Amino acid sequence: MLEIKNLHAELEDGSKQILNGVNLSVPAGQVHAIMGPNGSGKSTLSYVLSGRDGYEVTEGSAKLEGQDLLDMEPEERAAAGLFLAFQYPVEIPGVGNLTFLRTALNAQRKARGEDELSSGEFLKIVREKAKTLNIDSDMLKRSVSVGFSGGEKKRNEILQMAMLEPRMCILDETDSGLDVDAMRLVAQGVNALRSPDRSFLVITHYQRLLDHIKPDVVHIMANGQIIKTGGPELALEVENSGYGDLLSEVG
Amino acid sequence: MMADLAIRESQAQAKPAAGDALTQRLAVLPHPASGITAAARQDALARLEKMGLPGRRDEYWRFTNPGVFNDPVPAPIPVQTDANDSPLFEDIDRLRLVFVDGRFDAAASDALTGEGFQIDLLSAAEATASHWAGEVYGVLEANGQTPVSRPFAALNTFAATEGVLIRVSGQVARPVHIIHRRRSDAADVNLHHVLLLEEGSEFTLLETGMIGARSNIVIEADLRAGARLHHITAKLASHPKVGIGHIFARVAAKAQFKSFELSVNGRMMRHESVVDIAGDDAVAHVAAAVLGNTADGPFHHDNTVFITHAGERCESRQVYKKVLSDGAVGVFQGKILVKPGAQKTDGYQISQSLLLDGDSQFLAKPELEIYADDVKCSHGSTTGAIDETALFYLRSRGVPRERATVLLVLSFLAAALDEVENADLRERIAERLEEWLMHRAQNDRTQNPPA
Ligand SMILES: Nc1ncnc2c1ncn2[C@@H]1O[C@H](COP(=O)(O)OP(=O)(O)OP(=O)(O)O)[C@@H](O)[C@H]1O
Ligand SMILES: [Mg+2]
Repeated sequence: MLEIKNLHAELEDGSKQILNGVNLSVPAGQVHAIMGPNGSGKSTLSYVLSGRDGYEVTEGSAKLEGQDLLDMEPEERAAAGLFLAFQYPVEIPGVGNLTFLRTALNAQRKARGEDELSSGEFLKIVREKAKTLNIDSDMLKRSVSVGFSGGEKKRNEILQMAMLEPRMCILDETDSGLDVDAMRLVAQGVNALRSPDRSFLVITHYQRLLDHIKPDVVHIMANGQIIKTGGPELALEVENSGYGDLLSEVG
Repeated sequence: MMADLAIRESQAQAKPAAGDALTQRLAVLPHPASGITAAARQDALARLEKMGLPGRRDEYWRFTNPGVFNDPVPAPIPVQTDANDSPLFEDIDRLRLVFVDGRFDAAASDALTGEGFQIDLLSAAEATASHWAGEVYGVLEANGQTPVSRPFAALNTFAATEGVLIRVSGQVARPVHIIHRRRSDAADVNLHHVLLLEEGSEFTLLETGMIGARSNIVIEADLRAGARLHHITAKLASHPKVGIGHIFARVAAKAQFKSFELSVNGRMMRHESVVDIAGDDAVAHVAAAVLGNTADGPFHHDNTVFITHAGERCESRQVYKKVLSDGAVGVFQGKILVKPGAQKTDGYQISQSLLLDGDSQFLAKPELEIYADDVKCSHGSTTGAIDETALFYLRSRGVPRERATVLLVLSFLAAALDEVENADLRERIAERLEEWLMHRAQNDRTQNPPA
């Protein structure tokens, strides 16, 4: 599904190299987790994959189902099936959550040559999915993320993911700021989407989320590289003894 | 006719300094000389001659060159033969009044009757022996000439050839919609509307369409105790049109005045809102959403606001948002004057511009003048660009850059649109605006395809 090879990226102004040769392969149907110390480049990796301005790829490649991601505009990557749940979801005052969702969904359908959904069909689906995430109709009507609590913002990201049905979902610290119940809802949302032709890359600091969303593979990122890859037990190791041992093991 | 010409000439001679431009301006200006407003028109002329036309050095015209309004006649603008009415508000129940180049088109309009209000044309009222508007015409305009003079409003009172006179006595749900059409290249349109809202009445006035090659519109709105007026003017023009407008409102105790302007394009536009909050517990909201680029020529849009608080516990809001690109110029001059004794005044003013590129300019001059000690007044002004993080966020959800930019422009304008109280009207304006923005984005792309 997602193939990242020797990916190097720096800030556009050349002032800082952040990714130093990331190698990562997520096969279809799998859930991979990335853990790693603050500032190790996890969010940057997710931004570079989804095409945010401000970073320059200097070496390496990233492919989604064989398509070169790095050549595409962000909206093309989305239409190709990539989704990023933001670590810090963005507030957009004056743009209704529903309007935004419908615009996004129909834009993607159009880009893929599919018919747009009628507003009736759309509303039916969105209400259903919102309900499972405990998002009430008031939140749907409000402006995108404006006045949402931290946890509501994260649930709203998952609602978008559920509506857009991407092939490759990247979740950047979707668990941070969630209470126990919200965490369960989010995990259920993610698990409901698990399928043989959909993959997940879950960035997190805590084992907690991985209790609910069982990863197939866990990667440890440090200094812009994947320094270790293992099974779910790797996350427990981090939880118990921190990154110190892992970093010195490799270092 | 002869009589007032004589007056004009003698005064022009007495004051040669202001004379030249004004004499030329007046010489070609048709104006009714007799009728119920004759005295008000003479008074306006006398005031106009005293103040003269503004010049570049006039402080109140520091950011906007009054030249095109001083010119005796406007530069002609070819009429687009296929121009249709704006579809805005077209399918709501309302009373339609069609004006073609400033002349009333009775055949295209609805009958001038309605429940809860009396409506007449200025031209028709002039000919009657007595009409309520005779006592009101020009009064608020004249009051609005201090402390700052507004010569083009006086000129309008003197010369307006037509207008709508509405006296509201009830709670009127059905809006009156003034629709302007342009059929000749060089029409110079002077319209003067008078609204009198009796105690406890409610009324909605909508204005859309294209008004002449040059327009000068005055609205006088007298809101008696507890009355509520909703005024929406939407001008979606692509022509190099020039226009000046004034709305003078007097807001009595517990009355609510709300005026919203949507303005798109135009070469040189100035809209002055002069609001006198005269009674206690009254509310006045004025807002505008303005968009301009220079794809069709220069764009300059000026909102000048003067709100006077004289009553206690009154609230005023000014929300002005301008989206500028390609060297467009946006101007905002907004003043809150709190008179002695106007305690517990709550005055709010925000003016913001969204610059879509680095060439555009936003000039803002907020002013507060407060003579009461227990008041809350705030003002702010900002200039910013499209938020790159928000743009990326939208694009990462699959929304193409063009559409995402349009959504962010709408997001920027939302606070101004929120001042439209009626949700149905507000949504119609937002939808129309979105269509227009998308249309323009697509035109821009076909005109300068991305490299
Ligand atoms: N636009 C930027 N400007 C300056 N520095 C940046 C920028 N983007 C990332 N960095 C720096 O690059 C490094 C990696 O940041 P990144 O956000 O990718 O870390 P992270 O692994 O997601 O951390 P966290 O766990 O705290 O979320 C940090 O040192 C950060 O300060
Ligand atoms: Mg991060």
